[in-house]
Amino acid sequence: MGKPSINPDAEAGHSLWSDAWTRLRRNRAAMCGLAFLGFIILLCFIVPFFPALPDPAAQSLPNKNSGPSLSHWMGTDHLGRDLFSRILHGGRISILVGLITTTVSLTIGVAVGAMAGYLGGKVDAFLMRTVDVLYSLPFLIIVILFSALAKGYTNDFTDWLVDLTGLNRDAIAPFTSLIPLFVAIGALSWLNISRIVRASVQDLAGREFVEAAKSLGLSQQRILLRHIIPNAIGPIVVYATLTIPSVMLFEATLSFLGMGVQPPYSSWGILIKDGADRMLSNPLLLIFPSIFFILTLLSLNFLGDGLRDALDPKSAKD
Amino acid sequence: MRALLDIQDLKVHFHTRDGVVKAVDGVSLKVEAGQIAGIVGESGSGKSVTAYSLLGLIPMPPGRIEGGKALFQGTDLLRLGERELNTYRGRKISMIFQDPMTSLNPYLRVSTQLVEPLAIHEKLRGKPALHRAIEALEQVGIENAATRIHGYPHEFSGGMRQRVMIAMALITKPDLLIADEPTTALDVTVQKQVLDVIRELQRETGTAVIFITHDLAVVHEMCDTVSVLYAGRVVESAPAAELIRRPLHAYTRGLYRSNPSAHAKDEDLYSIPGLPPDLARLPGGCTFRPRNTLGVASLCLTERQPELIEHSPGHFVQNCPGCLAAHPSSAHA
Repeated sequence: MGKPSINPDAEAGHSLWSDAWTRLRRNRAAMCGLAFLGFIILLCFIVPFFPALPDPAAQSLPNKNSGPSLSHWMGTDHLGRDLFSRILHGGRISILVGLITTTVSLTIGVAVGAMAGYLGGKVDAFLMRTVDVLYSLPFLIIVILFSALAKGYTNDFTDWLVDLTGLNRDAIAPFTSLIPLFVAIGALSWLNISRIVRASVQDLAGREFVEAAKSLGLSQQRILLRHIIPNAIGPIVVYATLTIPSVMLFEATLSFLGMGVQPPYSSWGILIKDGADRMLSNPLLLIFPSIFFILTLLSLNFLGDGLRDALDPKSAKD
Repeated sequence: MRALLDIQDLKVHFHTRDGVVKAVDGVSLKVEAGQIAGIVGESGSGKSVTAYSLLGLIPMPPGRIEGGKALFQGTDLLRLGERELNTYRGRKISMIFQDPMTSLNPYLRVSTQLVEPLAIHEKLRGKPALHRAIEALEQVGIENAATRIHGYPHEFSGGMRQRVMIAMALITKPDLLIADEPTTALDVTVQKQVLDVIRELQRETGTAVIFITHDLAVVHEMCDTVSVLYAGRVVESAPAAELIRRPLHAYTRGLYRSNPSAHAKDEDLYSIPGLPPDLARLPGGCTFRPRNTLGVASLCLTERQPELIEHSPGHFVQNCPGCLAAHPSSAHA
């Protein structure tokens, strides 16, 4: 603050988020969560580029179900594939699925919920009945339908991306083939968020400070974006941290049905599922991926908790 | 001279499941530039609804403005769209609210909220805006304004927050300030300070004020003219000094008699019996008749509603014979 700024919105945004960051840094649990999350992401996105890491798809039947060793840090699976390498490669997909679909569902959910809650009346009735209808349809069937419809467009998109950037088609295929999944899950998992946001916006819209903002001549858009939504950030953040793991697991279900990640590619959800099937013969196949998954979720929860506190100015201890 | 604000026969009704609630049913009042106009009445008498309708803050539905005009500098505020109203809100007409604890956004620094009207109405941003905001805080008597301005609302006490609200309302130097029971939610010790701040700034800037309250003592300290509202209608309206000397309507007399500060030690404090009427089921005729113990209830109008007439120059009162009559047993009153 104090510096002259051209855009007051930027200045206000600066104060809200930079204050939140200051408060977040004092929260040890949240910072541990953030650090660990950063570590996992780095691990998954950088280490696979080192040639020393075995190819996650290379099979070696003589080596199957071997325990941890120097050449296979976390052992091998029933086809002799290196588990560590598979976890890191699978982590990329799981993290991407978690973050992208959650972002999509947050964006849609907050927008719909805020409009319904703030505008009320017919807009509210229309949007909320739409949500009700989508709720009543079987989630899985819609997602399957969605991915089937999107598949054709995805291939076109991949071609376009290859033409545009000159990337190796095989390198980006595991990610672009997931686009229908992102879109499908994201486009449907916003239902809960929209209801939560609508409820808090309705509550907030009746508060006196909103009335005061109106009486000062602020536009509806400004009131909604600067005064109402920031006040609803607590439940949004908490719900987002809950959405990420459920989306990651849902991806595993879809992959199992052949809609998501296809072999030889993998994800944490798939590894855990495979591991659970072979729990008795080789429990390590379940334990190692689960450790990664659980630690990621734990750190996400700590971070989300801390973020909620940090965004609330009243929780500041100074 | 034309009045700054001229409300004529304003009617605001709420269409609810229980029927049509006539919250404001034909209120007329004038506010001259640079004056403080008081609106007094019980809860539910239509004071706040009158004020809210000026700035388009009535939730619609269920609310509906059924008729009347509110001419502000010649423009009828009731006919303006949202966009045009926003050029009046906060620039020419500002408002302060009853509860300062909830009327500031808890998530934004005071500085951010104070400069907001400047950014919208005067396109003033950055350092100059911050300077104006600090100045405004100093004017309402907040010490260390330059540092305190960067605090969050929860770091301020109730009285301080109301000062912040006043600063925010007056930062654009509006022509009219609407104060909706600005001291009701505050401690008695703080009330006086906040009232002093309002009056001082009013004198300095010449802003006209609509001062809404249910406290007659405050009215006489603050206001030039007073309108007494009952069941959505003005029952009496006069210059403040005239009203305290010669309250005519039984309701106004009741309000004065029930004011502890103006009553003799040896007699019991008067209280107006009963409750304000259900605004969805108003009786025909004089609405005050069931509670009229200081006049002669049997003389009250039952067939038609009483009308506001000019009893003496500048002193208006509803012409209900029962409410204007003196009670037989209280000839000395």
